[in-house]
Amino acid sequence: MTSTIDAVAEGASGRGTSRPPRPERTARSRRVRRSVARTVPLIPAIGLLVVFLVGPILSSFYGSFTNSSLTGAAAASSEWVGLKNYIDLFNSPDFPVAVVLTLVFLIGSAVIGQNIVGMVLALLMRAGGRVVGAIVSTFVVGAWVLPEIVAAFASYAFFSQKGTLNAILAMVGITGPSWLFAFPMLAVILANTWRGAAFSMLVYSAALQEVPPEITEAAEVDGANGIKRFFLVTLPMIRRSISTNLMLITLQTLSVFTLIYVMTGGGPGNKSMTLPVLAYQEAFKFSELGYGTAIATILLLVGAVFAIVYVRALKTEVD
Amino acid sequence: MKRSRVLVAVVAASALVALAGCSSSGSNDGKTIKVAYQDFGTDLMAKFMAKAKAGFEKANPGEKVTLVPIKAAENDYYTKLSLMNRSASTAPDVLYEDTFLIRSDAQAGYLEPLDSYVNKWDEWSQFYDNAKDAGKGDDGKIYGVSMGTDTRALWYNKDIFAKAGLPADWKPKDWNDVLDAAKTIKDKVPGVTPINIFSGKAGGEASSMQGFEMLLYGASKDGLYDASSGKWITGSKAFTDSLDVLKEVYQGGLGPSQEITSDTNYQNIVTSQLIPQGKLAINLDGSWVAGTWQSTGDTNWPEWEKTMGVAPMPTQTGQEPGSISMSGGWTLSMGSKSKVKDEAWKFISYALNKANSLDFDISLSQIPVRKDVAADPAYAKSNPTSTFFASLVDVTKFRPATPDYSKISNGIQVAMESVMTGQQSPAEAAKAYDDTVVGIVGKDKTKSE
Repeated sequence: MTSTIDAVAEGASGRGTSRPPRPERTARSRRVRRSVARTVPLIPAIGLLVVFLVGPILSSFYGSFTNSSLTGAAAASSEWVGLKNYIDLFNSPDFPVAVVLTLVFLIGSAVIGQNIVGMVLALLMRAGGRVVGAIVSTFVVGAWVLPEIVAAFASYAFFSQKGTLNAILAMVGITGPSWLFAFPMLAVILANTWRGAAFSMLVYSAALQEVPPEITEAAEVDGANGIKRFFLVTLPMIRRSISTNLMLITLQTLSVFTLIYVMTGGGPGNKSMTLPVLAYQEAFKFSELGYGTAIATILLLVGAVFAIVYVRALKTEVD
Repeated sequence: MKRSRVLVAVVAASALVALAGCSSSGSNDGKTIKVAYQDFGTDLMAKFMAKAKAGFEKANPGEKVTLVPIKAAENDYYTKLSLMNRSASTAPDVLYEDTFLIRSDAQAGYLEPLDSYVNKWDEWSQFYDNAKDAGKGDDGKIYGVSMGTDTRALWYNKDIFAKAGLPADWKPKDWNDVLDAAKTIKDKVPGVTPINIFSGKAGGEASSMQGFEMLLYGASKDGLYDASSGKWITGSKAFTDSLDVLKEVYQGGLGPSQEITSDTNYQNIVTSQLIPQGKLAINLDGSWVAGTWQSTGDTNWPEWEKTMGVAPMPTQTGQEPGSISMSGGWTLSMGSKSKVKDEAWKFISYALNKANSLDFDISLSQIPVRKDVAADPAYAKSNPTSTFFASLVDVTKFRPATPDYSKISNGIQVAMESVMTGQQSPAEAAKAYDDTVVGIVGKDKTKSE
């Protein structure tokens, strides 16, 4: 959205300056009038953004400084408690665990899992036949098209004690462990990789098609082998797609709640309690809305930091 | 970015709900009564409410009842109800309220005091005093009318007991008797789970109340909380002893497997599968579970009357009063934001008149809180265990009804889980619980035993 606004503004001013010189005032007033006129159609969109994006963020930010609660006296009239929620949060033994688990989940399932699996799938599909590619992409995209709750139940059925995975293992004579209980993080990371890999695959397939074949051919003539061609030619050429993709899947993965909640409920104990699940537990199970909102605000900040890093990385490359 | 989209969706959805709320309350001239209740697991509650609605509408032409079933397990039900109560457009007029939440929901301003109504109600004198107290808030006002109460005890399978050479008329005198019986079953009847004591986080409040507190309150007078000083108890030997029992049950191979105890469906698996299939010998559970096996219930199992026996849960060493039970129960309350309070009261008093209370207590296997219902021969005849469970009211205890309880209860479940999975010794888990309690209520609200 913002980029559209920028483009419109740039276009308006750019054209304005290239005009032959005229009396200052009329030109400026006309320019102002024109940019106002061009902003008018955007007002509904800006209004919606303010109401539905900025509003909730501000109210969440404000809520995190109150003792707002679902029940008890604080539900009748919540009070400003300053930084208490944040102080409690940083002193809580659950918080560092949740931060580490969130990062493990993020790096394991998004940065490594979805990203690499998506890239490998895209490369293989380019190399493989058209029929194979069509079949593989149907299956992979299938996981991505499923609503999150359905994907979560499917993963639960796959990893549970008497689930598909252990049934397959039993066929070859292996008694599988109770995955969700013994390796909860591994199970949710694999499930999220499965669910999200299609997105990266689609992005990378499109990016790879944009790589001009002449350049790869030239590298081949120069004697570069497949691996060298990939790392020295292909990867640098699709770097922008990689950082865009990383930004999108990072933000998506940071907010994953349903998948983990359905598969493990954050347990056993708090062994898969990522920040979104912790925020839900504090806000809705223990009725501490203010405290839960503080966790959500931290999550928002973490997401913002990642977004800024990726956006900066993108920008330098455009210039 | 995803987050923001979710926020948008949430806001949009709640706006829709709010709009829907407006339109439904706008078109009824203040004569529609919205009744919210939990409809989960069995459909017994839905049937009761449908019958109450039909009867009420027939008796009061022109007035309408809109049922708002909330399909959610216990914790989620409390959450959804609180969220509905926060806004006037979604708040129900009549709500099905757990007694242990009355104090905090009354403090939150969600509930309307009923004193002026009950004082004019000629049937109010039929309610037992402790049932009236169950609906009281901290300010002493009445915020709910009791529907029924419950007690907890040991259920055991007489067929399995016969195979193990244990008596059909089992009367354990202390904790050791219970554990010895379980060990005998383990030795003599292979393929059967000897005993289930609800434990761990997946069991939720069932773990805390049916499981842990049934042990703890049989080992110490005050249990979790000293009501006279308003302080939570830490460093209690009874706490460690109770965890010891769980260690023996779950680390000693006497309890259900980890797949069952870590399943969010734990409670249903026990009552609808393990027990009717004859795979569980002893179950420490509530008075209501027989409701599941009645012809009106979910798992029709008429043989239960011959198969299942009941015994009071003994205290730790058989100390006075010899047995122990925990009680909860539900009320019908009135939403403070209701615009049709008089009609809402009419519905409450109709739904809980003698005939309907009797119907509720029989079909949901509850213990009556009205004298006339308790004395009705139809109640005693309805269920062979009803007299037994009603007699446990003499020794029963209640959970501390403070807003902190749900967090403390979670601390108990964490301690149970780390002991049953062998991650911590009972002493270590008890220490971790003490730290959790101090963290929740503060050092000055705890006392060491």
